[in-house]
Amino acid sequence: MAFTLYALIQTAILLTNAVAVLHEERFLSKIGWGADQGIGGFGDEPGIKAQLLNLIRSVRTVMRVPLIAVNSVCIVLLLLFG
Amino acid sequence: NLNIHNIQFRRSMLNNRMRNPSADISGPSPLFEDTSTGSPPGGHRGQDKGPVNYPGQSLLSDPMSNLAMAYGSSLATQGKEMMDKNLDRFIPISKLKYYFAVDTLYVGKKLGLLVFPYMHQNWEVSYQQDTPVAPRFDINAPDLYIPVMGFITYVLVAGLALGTQNRFTPEILGMQASSALVWLIIEVLATLLSLYLVTVNTDLTTIDLVAFSGYKYVGMIMGVLSGLLFGRTGYYLSLLWCCLSIFVFMIRTLRLKILSEAAAEGVLVRGAKNQLRMYLTMAIAAAQPVFMYWLTFHLVR
Repeated sequence: MAFTLYALIQTAILLTNAVAVLHEERFLSKIGWGADQGIGGFGDEPGIKAQLLNLIRSVRTVMRVPLIAVNSVCIVLLLLFG
Repeated sequence: NLNIHNIQFRRSMLNNRMRNPSADISGPSPLFEDTSTGSPPGGHRGQDKGPVNYPGQSLLSDPMSNLAMAYGSSLATQGKEMMDKNLDRFIPISKLKYYFAVDTLYVGKKLGLLVFPYMHQNWEVSYQQDTPVAPRFDINAPDLYIPVMGFITYVLVAGLALGTQNRFTPEILGMQASSALVWLIIEVLATLLSLYLVTVNTDLTTIDLVAFSGYKYVGMIMGVLSGLLFGRTGYYLSLLWCCLSIFVFMIRTLRLKILSEAAAEGVLVRGAKNQLRMYLTMAIAAAQPVFMYWLTFHLVR
């Protein structure tokens, strides 16, 4: 149960990678979580599902490029230091 | 003769300059005055063997090195300002100062409120022209002093508890600290995520959430200390008491911030939105006792 900050960083990287590999048209649209299916009406409250889809889409858009860099750094560090 | 006059003149100028340091000197006030009397011949940088003045002042009386000193100190001030400005972009230092504006009376009352929140009537945070009042003046305002001190005390008390069981090594202090910090970060991130998903319009900042999550360290410390003094029964009893108190405290504090005004009055407004927010408040409040138990049970045998 002893967590270090390094474990937290690893968890964060793994979770962000997991969100980034969800494919838009092969997977998300099939289960009704596509980017165009979340925007409901223009009511006042977006609702949880719309917020979640929005979050997934924005994480994938924003974190694509930084994840490439972070993953490369991680790979190099793991190769060097095990 | 000329030498003595020079020295006395210099000394009086030095005292004068040191008495009003807000003169045109930028940065730390240099301990020299700029004078053009008795400068060594030529514009060379002063060595130790100045001809007219006593050694030590010859370097400083040279106008070239004067200029260099003034330029260097102005550069240092500029660098310091730039660093402050950049640091302020990442860590909002001015906002952090608000959370540490506490005094002894506030800390005492707040600690009392954390263990006995049942009699307190008014949980509203008072505002002063759209900015919240400093914690010194309002007991309901969140602060960061108690969480930070509580965290440090928790790590020390954990070391003490493990020491009484002969399980202490210096490394575990660091491990306890980083474990507790990691759980705190996870809890704050989970709360932020759930607040985002429920689209609640609140003025809770991230630092507020850190402060609220840090209040449980007080209960944890009390539990572990009574576990050390009175054994497992004492630990369970005081932990139960502190868990209930923190639960009530969190619900009463968060209700005003998360739920809309109608529901905060106590009127049960039926509606999916308010129900969801109530569930969210209860979930956040219920996570506190869970964490309190999870982070302390291995310390008391």
